[in-house]
Amino acid sequence: MVIAEATTVKLSEIDAVLKQVNALFPNAATKDTNGSLVVANDKLVDVANYLKDDLAADYCSSVTSVDYPDRFEVVYHLYSVSKQEGPLVMKAHADKGNPIVPSMVSVWAGANLQEREVYDMMGIRFAGHPNLKRVLMWEGFEGYPLRKDYKEPYYEEEKKPYDSRHPGGHHQRAEERVPWGKNVQYPAGFDPDEMTVIKTENLPLVDALDLRAGRFKTDRFIVNMGPQHPSTHGVFQMRITLDGETIVDLEPVMGYLHRNHEKIGERNMWLMNMPFTDRLDYICSMGNNLGYALAVEKLMGVEVPERAQYIRVIMAELTRIANHFWAIGFLLNDLGAFFTPSLYAIEERELILDLFEMTAGSRMMCNYMRFGGIAADLPEEFLPLCHDLVYNRMNRKIDEMDTYLSQNEIVLARGKGIGILPPDMAINYSTAGPVLRGSGVPYDVRRAQPYSIYDRFDFKVCTRSEGDVYARYAVRLDEMRESVNILKQAMNQLPAGPIMGGRKAWQIRVPKGEAYGRVENPKGELGFFVVSDGSANPYRYHVRATSYINLNVLGELCKGHTVADVVAILGSIDIVLGEVDR
Amino acid sequence: MAETNGHTSPISLIDDEDQFIIEQVKQSVLVTTVDKLIDLVDNINNWGRRSSLWPMQFGLACCAIEMICTAASRYDISRFGAELFRPSPRQADFMIVSGTVTKKMVPQIVRLYNQMPEPKYVISMGACATGGGPFKEGYNVVSGIDKYIPVDVYVPGCPPTPQALLHGLMTLQAKIDNESIRTARWYRSGEVEEAPIPILGPDIIDVRQIPDIRAEAMRVRAATQTVGGTATDRPDSTSTATAAKTLKVDGHAVSPKGKTAPPLSAERLAQVKSLKKT
Ligand code: SF4
Repeated sequence: MVIAEATTVKLSEIDAVLKQVNALFPNAATKDTNGSLVVANDKLVDVANYLKDDLAADYCSSVTSVDYPDRFEVVYHLYSVSKQEGPLVMKAHADKGNPIVPSMVSVWAGANLQEREVYDMMGIRFAGHPNLKRVLMWEGFEGYPLRKDYKEPYYEEEKKPYDSRHPGGHHQRAEERVPWGKNVQYPAGFDPDEMTVIKTENLPLVDALDLRAGRFKTDRFIVNMGPQHPSTHGVFQMRITLDGETIVDLEPVMGYLHRNHEKIGERNMWLMNMPFTDRLDYICSMGNNLGYALAVEKLMGVEVPERAQYIRVIMAELTRIANHFWAIGFLLNDLGAFFTPSLYAIEERELILDLFEMTAGSRMMCNYMRFGGIAADLPEEFLPLCHDLVYNRMNRKIDEMDTYLSQNEIVLARGKGIGILPPDMAINYSTAGPVLRGSGVPYDVRRAQPYSIYDRFDFKVCTRSEGDVYARYAVRLDEMRESVNILKQAMNQLPAGPIMGGRKAWQIRVPKGEAYGRVENPKGELGFFVVSDGSANPYRYHVRATSYINLNVLGELCKGHTVADVVAILGSIDIVLGEVDR
Repeated sequence: MAETNGHTSPISLIDDEDQFIIEQVKQSVLVTTVDKLIDLVDNINNWGRRSSLWPMQFGLACCAIEMICTAASRYDISRFGAELFRPSPRQADFMIVSGTVTKKMVPQIVRLYNQMPEPKYVISMGACATGGGPFKEGYNVVSGIDKYIPVDVYVPGCPPTPQALLHGLMTLQAKIDNESIRTARWYRSGEVEEAPIPILGPDIIDVRQIPDIRAEAMRVRAATQTVGGTATDRPDSTSTATAAKTLKVDGHAVSPKGKTAPPLSAERLAQVKSLKKT
C-alpha cells in the first residue's frame, strides 16, 4: 500500500518522504530542524537505494560534510532529473572519534570524487569506497584541514576581522611569526630523516596473469600527463594506464591548485567571500558571484529589486557566451588547430570583458554582486555597446564559428563517436551542464528550478542525443545562441529603479540555518552550501564545483580510446582548474 | 653603451691614487680594445636575446588566463618577439609564473626551472606568485615563488592586466639590455647551482632547511626522553647510511652536501635492523 503511493511522493516534501522511508525501514530516519532527512548509518545504503529507485532521486548533486562540536554530519543533496524536482537533503551522522559512514558510490557513482574530498578535508572514512585516498592534498599530508580544530601555519585568529589588524594591534608579516619563516608546520619532533616519502608507483606493470597463460600481450605501462602539459588546461594530471596504445585506465590527479578556498571562506566574513568566488571558475566570475549571492540571500531572505535582477541575468548570460567562446576555441586548440580558432574566440570574449570592465572595474575578477543586489549600476555607455554586440555582432560571429568549424573534416573525425556518454550514466555520475545535455538529458537548472528571474524568459534547453565530443561542442554552440536570445529579452525589459534591496548594514549577519543555492553556470551546476550560526562568519561554506564533479566520468569516457582522444575528451568536458581544486 | 654596463666606474669614486692610475691605464691602454669588443658582443648578444624571448607554456591559475589574453588577438605579445610559447622547458628562455603556487605544485615548478637552459629568467605574475596574494593564509599555498627560485621581474595585480604583463616583459628586456657576458652568472666558470627541489612530507620541506628541522627534532626528542636514556649510545656509521637511503626521492639524494645526518633513535634502529634481517 505504501509502495503504491511512492510514485506520487515528491522529493521536496520532506514529511511525505519521511513517512514513506519510516514505513519501509522502521526507525531509519528522522527530520531535523533544517528540514532534512537524517538517516541512521546502518540503513543508509538501503534508504539511498529506495530513494533512487522508487522516489526517482537519481541525481546526487552534492556531497559534503560539516564539523559540529559533537558530531560530523555528511550532507547529500539529492534531486530528481527525470521528474525535474527536488531537493531532498539527506544527512548521516558520524561520531568524532572514529568517523565512518557507508559509501554511496554504489548508488550514485557521482559521489566518488566528492567522498574522497570529504575524506581528504575532514577525515571521514567511507566504508566500501573503491579508492579512498587523498585527492586535493598529497598522500602523507598531516591533518584534516577543514576540521574546526585544524590550525593552518599562518593561523592568526578564529574569525575575521582579526584584532591584530586593527589600529591598536600591531600587524606583523606572517613570515616573521612562524617558526620556519615559511607557510609550513611540522608535527612536534618531526625528523626528516625518518620520513618515508610516499610515492606512487610508476614502473611498467606486466600483466602477470597473461604471462602465465602464455598469451602474448603488450606490456602495460603508465603515462603521466601533466601537471605541466599544454593540453590539460592548467595544472591537472592524468595517470593513464596503457595497453599498447589503448587506454585501460585513467585516473585524474588533482590538487595542484588547491587554494584552500573553503578554509579561508570559513574565516572570512560573509561578504569577504564574494571576491574569492571570482577566483573559483575564473572564466565565469559573474556566474559564481550570482550563485553565492543566491545561496546567502536564501538565508537572509532579502528581496532583490527588479533592475538588479535583470542586470544579474544580463551579466550571467554574457559570461556564458564568453565562456563558451573560450571553451570552443580551446577545444579546437586541443584538436590541433593551433590557436587560430581560439584567436577568433578570444576576440569576442575581449569585447564582453570590456563590458565587465566598464561596469565592475575589472576584466576578470568582477566582484560585482552583493546580497540583495549589485555593487554598481550600469554606466551610461553600457547599454548602447551591449545592444550593438547582442543585436549586430554575436550571432554573426557564432554563425561564423559554426560555418568554419562544424563541418570541418578534422572536427568531425575527432569529435564524432569519441568519448560517448550514455544518458543514464551521465545522470548517475552527477555530470552537469553541457556534458549532461550533450548526452540528451534536458536538464538545466534555469528551467528545472528557475532562480532569479529565469522563469520570465523564453529560451530552449539545448540538447544533443549523441553524447560524444562533437555533441558537447554543438550544445555549447546552441547555448550561445540561446543566451543571445535571453540577452535580447532582458535588455528590452530592463526597468529603472534601485539596485540594492534590504536594509543598509555595516556588517552582514546571516540568520541561523543552512541553505544550498545553485545556478546553471556555463560549465554546469554550481552550488554553494552555506551553514550559518548567526554570526558574521559562515560556519560552513562549501562549493559544489561542477568541473570537479564532471571529472568523475573522465576515466570511463577515455577507456578504450587512445591518448590523443583523451585530449579531445578533456577539452569537451571543459574544466577550469580553479574550480576543480578550489 | 659603456655607461649602461656599470663596469666602468666613475672616476670620482676612486680616491686611492694608485687605484686611480691603474683605472686610467686600464681604460686607455690595451684593455680598451678588448673591452670595446666585449661591449659590442654584449650589445649584439643582448639585442638578439631580448628580441626573441620564448616563454614557457605553463599556466598555474587565473593569471594564466590573462597571460593567454596577452598572447592573443588584442594584445599580441609577438610585437615583442615573445609569442612562441614552448611546452618544453628545454626550449624556453623564461618562465612566467602565472598564478597561485601551491605546495603540491612547487616541486614541479622548481624542477621545470632547473630544466630550462641558461640564460633563463623568471617573471612572477600577479599577487599570488609574488607573495601568496589573496590565498596567502591557506595551508596549501606557498607565499611567493621567490622562496624557492630566483625571480627577475615582479608584476603586481590580481590579475595583472595584459598591459601590465607587457610592461613586465619590457622590464625584463631592459634588464637583459644591461647584462654583460663579463658579469652574467652563467658565463662564469664553475657550475650554476640548481635550485633545490622541495619534498612533500607532512608539510612541504625546503631541503635547505633540513639541518634546522633535524636540530629541532633532536631538541624535542631530548626534551621528552628521560635523562640517561639511550640518546648517546648509537653507532653513527649505520645510522648515516640508513638516513641517506631513506632520503632519496626520484633517485636524487636530498640530503645537503657535506652534512652528516644525526644518529637515529634506538627504537628506529631496532626497526631498521629487523628489516634488514627479513
Ligand atoms: S594573483 Fe589573483 S588572479 Fe592571479 S592567480 Fe592569484 S588570485 Fe588569481
